[in-house]
Amino acid sequence: MSNTVFVRSKLLPPLPPPEKRRVWNFIHGPGDFVLTAFCLLLLWFVVWPAIKFLLFDAVWTGSSRTDCLPENAGHAVGACWPFIRAKFSQFIYGFYPDSERWRADLTFVLGAAVLVPLLIPRVPYKMANAVLAFGVFPLIAYFLLVGGAFGLPYVETRSWGGLLVTLVVAVTGISVSLPLGILLALARRSELPVLSIGAVTFIEFWRGVPLVAVLFFATFMLPLFLPPGVEIDAMLRVLVGISIFAAAYMAEVIRGGLQAVPRAQYEGAMALGLNYWKAMGLIVLPQALRVSIPGIVNIFIGLFKDTTLVLTVAIFDLLGQLRAAFADPNWSSPSTLFTGFAFAGIIYFVFCFGMSRYSLFMERYLRRDHAQ
Amino acid sequence: MTAIEDDRAARPPGVAFYRNPRTHRIVVQSLVVLALLWLGFELVVNARSNLAAKGIGSGFGFLGNSAGFDVSQALIPYGPTDTVQRLYFVGLLNTLLVAVLGIVFATILGFLIGIARLSNNWLLAKLAAGYVELVRNLPLLFQLLFWYLAVLGTLPATRDSASLFGVIFFNNRGVVLPKPVLQDGAGWVGIALLAGLALAWAFGRVARARQAATGKTLPTFWLSLVLIVGLPAFALVATDFPFGLDLPHLQGFNFTGGWRVIPEFAALLVGLTIYTAAFIAETVRSGILAVERGQREAAYALGLPARRTMWLVIIPQALRVIIPPLTSHYLNLTKNSSLAVGIGYPDLFAIFAGTALNQSGAQAIEVLGMTMATYLALSLATSALMNFYNARLRLVER
Repeated sequence: MSNTVFVRSKLLPPLPPPEKRRVWNFIHGPGDFVLTAFCLLLLWFVVWPAIKFLLFDAVWTGSSRTDCLPENAGHAVGACWPFIRAKFSQFIYGFYPDSERWRADLTFVLGAAVLVPLLIPRVPYKMANAVLAFGVFPLIAYFLLVGGAFGLPYVETRSWGGLLVTLVVAVTGISVSLPLGILLALARRSELPVLSIGAVTFIEFWRGVPLVAVLFFATFMLPLFLPPGVEIDAMLRVLVGISIFAAAYMAEVIRGGLQAVPRAQYEGAMALGLNYWKAMGLIVLPQALRVSIPGIVNIFIGLFKDTTLVLTVAIFDLLGQLRAAFADPNWSSPSTLFTGFAFAGIIYFVFCFGMSRYSLFMERYLRRDHAQ
Repeated sequence: MTAIEDDRAARPPGVAFYRNPRTHRIVVQSLVVLALLWLGFELVVNARSNLAAKGIGSGFGFLGNSAGFDVSQALIPYGPTDTVQRLYFVGLLNTLLVAVLGIVFATILGFLIGIARLSNNWLLAKLAAGYVELVRNLPLLFQLLFWYLAVLGTLPATRDSASLFGVIFFNNRGVVLPKPVLQDGAGWVGIALLAGLALAWAFGRVARARQAATGKTLPTFWLSLVLIVGLPAFALVATDFPFGLDLPHLQGFNFTGGWRVIPEFAALLVGLTIYTAAFIAETVRSGILAVERGQREAAYALGLPARRTMWLVIIPQALRVIIPPLTSHYLNLTKNSSLAVGIGYPDLFAIFAGTALNQSGAQAIEVLGMTMATYLALSLATSALMNFYNARLRLVER
């Protein structure tokens, strides 16, 4: 390096331009060829049989298992859709009494009516809408579903089931864990050591144990800690467990949002003479919550999937009803299992995929909003 | 925030004590402590009177009782007359087994799929994306039940087992794998493998020193491969193949020989691996994408070929982004293994907090407390280990 200095004296011929990135880049060298062949094999052995099973070989009409046997159908049998039709109301409502099902339907409709405008960024009155969705709607839903007041007959939670339970658990979990999570996040960031240590311990404890353990805790241990003579409903116990569990995760997401708010915002609020709660409620939290929306939706997706675990403590949500339906000898045929899983899978997928797309949309929307 | 509070606290004397922020802090914290103490006291009193009313004892004496039921898979010798304490360790080992294997397989599959999502091959990228979307959006318990009931449950009976190459058998009672058996001389192969690793490491150092001094590279990868694979292979030939395979074969209604994997274990391992791999794939993808474009371009401008750019520039930087979320995926997998209770795999939760709680006269508070403490300890240990690794990786940064 010390004494040799290289100076080019002749112009080099130009190199060929960089290769254009082709979309249909299938057979580009031997490695690519092998990959493409592998993918095609995978499509042939996994995706095509699945489509054939769900649509082309499926049995669409019938009234019992015999219609779904190959000898009666006259061809190889795929999905046995009559099974789903027969069990449909069980999958949606569980054993909620037939005559009272309009109450569950009304709750679904009301829930959609308050949630949809909340989710669309352009619709105004977000604050009022949020109060309606997380404060008023749960009360109405409680009286509608449980009854025992306003002339509605009482329906015990033991007869609830199916998608109804899945939604009740998920929505309760989110609407309790949101305020609780905000308080925990504020406590964790508090400068009072008792509060922050308490919050850290609480959050880390519940985040460190599996949800199944939390559900067992709520079901078997919680009754032991209540004053003698106080009995709480099995469903309520599960809701308590799920809410605490979700609140711990929610607190971490909101803490992330709080950290994203610039320090000057806190200082500005203090300089204006706002006290702690006003500074938080009017200045800091609105910004922090906005940033945390995608994270909150992700927690909701997790919670929605986690509702399936209630089946381990004998509450029959959609998955629990599915399992119960498999035990019905009237419908036991070789394809019943796969049909049931396909049906429930489509429901779970539509909900979760929809929410994850929404979370992505919000992320992009917020980023664009910030850039302006 | 602190600065402002301190400023207010340091106001000249003369502020009434009840308006002094310092007093506020003390009052608020004392109230919180009092409330917590009161809550704890209430809980203990309630629990004691409830337990007394139900005639349930307390303490850990039940650990010495006989468990009274058998377990379908135990890594240490265990029978129904063994103690509840031994049952705890059987469950803990089963949990660790599925968690460790799950972490290994999920990491491999997750990295492959994460890289496949970034492939230039359109079909491969789309298939990987489809896998991730499908698997992430279905509940884990749903997937476990699917593998357990629909896939493994509908396999043929033992007598008509499906087989793969005549050595691996699938039936509705599980999977039977050939079991490797060590014979005399197997130790030499192990020694050769260690020697190969040591030589490869030493050669790597020499090659690096040489590159630093002269700028010339040596074919480290190929030579290491020859050392690590070649030496043991040579030892294998020299010692006349000291490994035997105990092949399973059907005898009457059951298999003899081989290693039988219970269907619950197979379903749990497959389910956890596939589920977690989808999350790891997303982490890997975002980690690689997080490395700035300029880094790759600068490496190319320096004349590094594509593979060296990947290994020397992109991956070290991507790992820093990947490791923290990877840790939480590992933790989740370990905690999710408790879903074994849904399909009946005898893990810690299923047999200790599930069956023992109902059958062996064990006490709810102690049993659940122990179980939760175990998972908490596993979580904290994993995250401590990963934080240590993460800190080491970060030291490289300037």
